[in-house]
Amino acid sequence: MSEPVKVVPMKVRLEYTVTAGRTYSSYLHALAQKRIVGGRCPSCIKVYVPPRGSCPTCGVPTGETVELQHSATVTTFCVVNIAFGAMPFKPPYVVASLLLDGADIPIFHLVRGIPADQVRMGLRVRALWVPDAELAPTVESIRWFEPSGEPDAAYETYEAHL
Amino acid sequence: MSRPIAVVAFAQLPSVRRDTAREETELVLPVVNAALEQAKLTRADIGFTCSGSSDYLLGRPFSFVSALDALAPWPPASESHVEMDGAWALYEAWVRLQCGDIDTALVYSYGKSSLGDLRDVLAQQLDPYYVAPLVPDSISLAALQARSLLDTGICSERDMAEVAMRSRRAAQDNPAAQVRKSADVQQLLSEPYLVAPLRKHDCPPISDGACALVLAALPAAERCSKHPVVIRGIDHRIEPHALGARDLTRSLSTQLAAKHAGALSGTFDLAELHAPFTHQELLLRRELQLGAAVKVNPSGGALAANPMMVAGLARIGEAAMRLARGEGRRALAHATSGPCLQQNLVCVLEAT
Repeated sequence: MSEPVKVVPMKVRLEYTVTAGRTYSSYLHALAQKRIVGGRCPSCIKVYVPPRGSCPTCGVPTGETVELQHSATVTTFCVVNIAFGAMPFKPPYVVASLLLDGADIPIFHLVRGIPADQVRMGLRVRALWVPDAELAPTVESIRWFEPSGEPDAAYETYEAHL
Repeated sequence: MSRPIAVVAFAQLPSVRRDTAREETELVLPVVNAALEQAKLTRADIGFTCSGSSDYLLGRPFSFVSALDALAPWPPASESHVEMDGAWALYEAWVRLQCGDIDTALVYSYGKSSLGDLRDVLAQQLDPYYVAPLVPDSISLAALQARSLLDTGICSERDMAEVAMRSRRAAQDNPAAQVRKSADVQQLLSEPYLVAPLRKHDCPPISDGACALVLAALPAAERCSKHPVVIRGIDHRIEPHALGARDLTRSLSTQLAAKHAGALSGTFDLAELHAPFTHQELLLRRELQLGAAVKVNPSGGALAANPMMVAGLARIGEAAMRLARGEGRRALAHATSGPCLQQNLVCVLEAT
């Protein structure tokens, strides 16, 4: 009796041309112009970033385009300590939930320029963009966020956005 | 005795070969809004929502979660999803309505078949050990089935071309259809094979689309529609996974589903059959014992528009809307999923 077959390798590769959609495209195009845009829901007036095809509370497209500041508050964060796959930096590094000034929902991005163990809730940060020649319709046009030097935001200012 | 549930609204996007503008939320929102408006309901009135879609088509995980934004699911909505054609989402919603504590359900589905290579994507649904590594594409598998039907004399290539011609000509009146008009049978038969014995006209188009449908229990359904169309029976069955274990010239699962849905007795005015390939319509007609008097696929069927995960639910919606418009009293709607009619759902609809 030969050895039982325990593993069947089956390599799968599928290629897709994904559609970003009308609403999300406006966000991506803005990033290529060094801008961050959100969309205001006409019903609950909350500003979503990126803008959305439908406000998840009201079920209507976020209509009005809102130009957002490049400054933000760290609402919560995690320190990545374990190396895996295609990671951008050697651990430890910080991935944070960032509430851009003027937005009602945080985005995720990297926080650098400060030791990982000093990142904290309420830390004020600003976007560090790639050089103009490298700007593209991707969130990677923002290299990371780094401390802006402003005093920490009071907890009450971002409590509702955790 | 099941609780009578009616289809009270149906909306669909026109199918297109490639929708490069809209992502899933943007596809779903207009059909959900249109179906709710038809039913004179708001999102808050809906007791349960079920959707059908496949991440393999979209090429991204949990795409159905982003599509949920169209529902306004916050505060949390009672909601479920099937990684299947929306016809099976309708089945789940129908079962949920049998519980009796809610009166309405929203069912929607969407599919963008254009984003990847559909023939390769569909190969991923096959048995992963013995069949999928060979990557037999969806058209080749359908061709195997067509070959068995031809070899056993159940149908001819001319019969198949006639199905294509009828579907495409019927689709001329359907604004949601993608393939309209047809050359005559002789011309169709002079075309080269795509995958022998299938020619292009024997195969469905590749389509992007979405549809939504509202179910309501009687008597609440009468507030949503002047002509609620009642589901008198619904059932679905599946064939063995191994293609070699099946007789491809039969569809025993369709026959069994039809029996349990009550579709093998009485007569039908029309039938919407989810037959993506011409020979499958001929096979389904046999299994469902549909006589010549039954108008089959007045919408043009899946040969005229085949958004994956949508085309089955659209058969139920099309059949129901035709009854609501007075085109008949009783209709059969069928949906399929998987290679060579792997899984089949049969639904019996009646005008009230």
